[in-house]
Amino acid sequence: MPDAENAFKVRLSIRTALGDKAYAWDTNEEYLFKAMVAFSMRKVPNRETTEISHVLLCNVTQRVSFWFVVTDPSKNHTLPAVEIQSAIRMNRNRINSAFFLNDQTLEFLKIPSTLAPPTDPTMPIWMIIFSVIFCIVIVAVMLLIFSGIRQRRRKSKGPSEVDDTEDKCENMITIENGIPCDPLDTKGGHINDVFMTEDERLTPL
Amino acid sequence: MAWAGGAEPHGDGRGDKRPAWDNKGQYLLSCLGFAVGLGNIWRFPYLCQTHGGGAFLIPYLIALVLEGIPVFYIELAIGQCLRRGSIGVWTAVSPYLGGVGLGCLTVSFLVSLYYNTVLSWVLWYLLNSFQDPLPWSSCPLDINRTGAFEAECQASSTVSYFWYRQTLNITADISDNGSIQWRLLACLAASWAVVYLCVIRGIETTGKAIYFTALFPYLVLTIFLIRGLTLPGAVRGLIYLFTPNVQTLRNPRVWLDAATQIFFSLSLAFGGHIAFASYNPPRNNCEKDAVTVALVNSLTSLYASIAVFSVLGFKAANDHGRCLDRNLLRLLNAFDLPDQSISRDDYAAVLAHLNATQPESVARLPLEVCQLEDFLDKSASGTGLAFVVFTEAVLHMPGAPGWAVLFFGMLFTLGLSSMFGNLEGIITPLLDLGVLRRSVPKEVLTGLVCLLCFLSATCFALQSGSYWLQVFDSYAAPLNLIIFAFFEVVGIAYVYGMPRFSDDIACMTGRRPGLYWRVTWKVVSPLLLLTIFVAYIAVLAWTPLSYRAWDPQYAWFPSRQEKSYPGWVQATCVLLCFLPALWVPAVALVQQLAKRRQKQDTWQDGCPKLQEGGAS
Repeated sequence: MPDAENAFKVRLSIRTALGDKAYAWDTNEEYLFKAMVAFSMRKVPNRETTEISHVLLCNVTQRVSFWFVVTDPSKNHTLPAVEIQSAIRMNRNRINSAFFLNDQTLEFLKIPSTLAPPTDPTMPIWMIIFSVIFCIVIVAVMLLIFSGIRQRRRKSKGPSEVDDTEDKCENMITIENGIPCDPLDTKGGHINDVFMTEDERLTPL
Repeated sequence: MAWAGGAEPHGDGRGDKRPAWDNKGQYLLSCLGFAVGLGNIWRFPYLCQTHGGGAFLIPYLIALVLEGIPVFYIELAIGQCLRRGSIGVWTAVSPYLGGVGLGCLTVSFLVSLYYNTVLSWVLWYLLNSFQDPLPWSSCPLDINRTGAFEAECQASSTVSYFWYRQTLNITADISDNGSIQWRLLACLAASWAVVYLCVIRGIETTGKAIYFTALFPYLVLTIFLIRGLTLPGAVRGLIYLFTPNVQTLRNPRVWLDAATQIFFSLSLAFGGHIAFASYNPPRNNCEKDAVTVALVNSLTSLYASIAVFSVLGFKAANDHGRCLDRNLLRLLNAFDLPDQSISRDDYAAVLAHLNATQPESVARLPLEVCQLEDFLDKSASGTGLAFVVFTEAVLHMPGAPGWAVLFFGMLFTLGLSSMFGNLEGIITPLLDLGVLRRSVPKEVLTGLVCLLCFLSATCFALQSGSYWLQVFDSYAAPLNLIIFAFFEVVGIAYVYGMPRFSDDIACMTGRRPGLYWRVTWKVVSPLLLLTIFVAYIAVLAWTPLSYRAWDPQYAWFPSRQEKSYPGWVQATCVLLCFLPALWVPAVALVQQLAKRRQKQDTWQDGCPKLQEGGAS
């Protein structure tokens, strides 16, 4: 029966799926399997009379793997593979859950499992987050620009000539590539005291 | 005195006081953030791994001491002393050296273009990390819905497919431009908007932003370090990757890589550090700053590589385990042995037993060779490490989306703080030159710069953009920076004069520079830079200009096909290598011609005038 025309090989990986709660594969489990296959065949339009006795198993190994065929009521020939394949695919979920397994641990070789349809959300997640971040950034930029404009308007109202002359003195000295340190001593308020540390010793210039 | 380009001799060309840092912490963090960038995460660990593990630290530290710290100190000192951006500083040292400043500006501009493109890729991945399961964990279905996954994805891997197809949508050849990828363009716009938001008022705004962007990566690195060390296989990976192999030090390539790595890691010769230091008050101990920032940068590289190696070790152990599991499954299915009856440790023994009893059946099985060392030896750097290797490692960590968000968030802030330095290297010299009238606010200048950079960088959003980015990354910066650094050191040590510079430093820090500084500035660093320059040119001339293309039609896909650049691209590479450096001779020539014309004018006037010589 192995490799027969309408036979299918089944492979179970119970221990991989259930770990410690794994059950042993015995004849009762085989009976349940036959029942599930018969149930699947009964759902096919003109195969409602399939019985459990029509499902034949053989070559059960320790893996656990075995071959099965479904015969017709007269037990003369086996049902075509295409019908069995489509029946199993329709009821794959029920068969899997009967054994607490899934598509990977209960394998029907030669019967590919139907993959889940791709979920196309109306708006991808990344676009949502992108729009949020972009809006926040634009708003922040606008705020900064407007506050800058307001600051400048306020400053232009106050006098600023005194600062200019002081700066010109400082800049005149920097033009000659001199060391701007000495003149700064005489100008108050230009040295940031935060930066002065105790261990700095000034060499006399 | 003659100023090249008609620079206004004011502090910032606007008559206002020069902006200053709120406190020293902002300044130090800005320099540190500029130095610590993406290269610390994905270049240094790769170099460590390929150049003999812990042994690589020897040439690295030697290069740091002899070349990195001296040049860095010069930049900070000259910027703080002359209180100007790069153009102003070098024009002040000597009008003939004004080209160095212009060249630094050009290189900063070119680097900003492609650096922010990488950040836009990081942003794309960050945005896609907020979902479970992560989009790069599974292959998408074939469009025809035949029940199979996309062929390209099946042939390579889910992470490679997501990177090359769903992110870049890459073409098979650099000359095939393809179309603009709107998603990448949107991310590019967003990253430039974020950069603009932080740089809009110069150091006033970057100084606030730097607290987060410079410190957040350290927090995430620590989290990854702790998580990484507790993952299975991490410690074994660390030991393997850090075990020193002193034999590799015989290869001169290792020393060249160490010297160039320390150079680019500290972001020298960009003009950014000069710009940052120019906002300091003149009395500030820049010697301590230089040594501190350089040491912290190197320690960060080391810290990051421990975190990266522990995750890579975990990934290698994971891949090795799954390789073994696949082999075990093949054995179980072929010989109908009970499920889960062989453990990973028993694999070798069982395989030997089966080989002895049924060799023909075993020979027929497609068993893979699973060696842990093979998985550990797989090295990756740059975008390959971040977007392919690390993303796959993150998939197998429990709570994957959280780790992906943390990782890409860290990469984004790391790159952002480096972008601040790049942009300051562009904006500060422009402000000093006074390109815009005094009445025009600074926000307009920064906005124009960001807009110009964004528009120029749109070419990287094409399908062949990633290939072009590689061209820019490999050829635009390295050689030019070495040339500029050489001129910087020589310019200060010989043109500006060591005595005058020592006086300036004594005024700023309180004591004259010691023997170590004087020797390195006058002799060691220039020689070293010259050697690196020559060696780099030799390496460039020797290796054929080629790139690795992602071509699904390639016979050995998913291996990347090695293709050589077409002629016009090769010409672009050569241009990029040397064009920024041409500013130096160009400006020197212009200065010489102007001087000669002046001499001619005074001669024709017949009145002897005082020669308005340069600073030399």
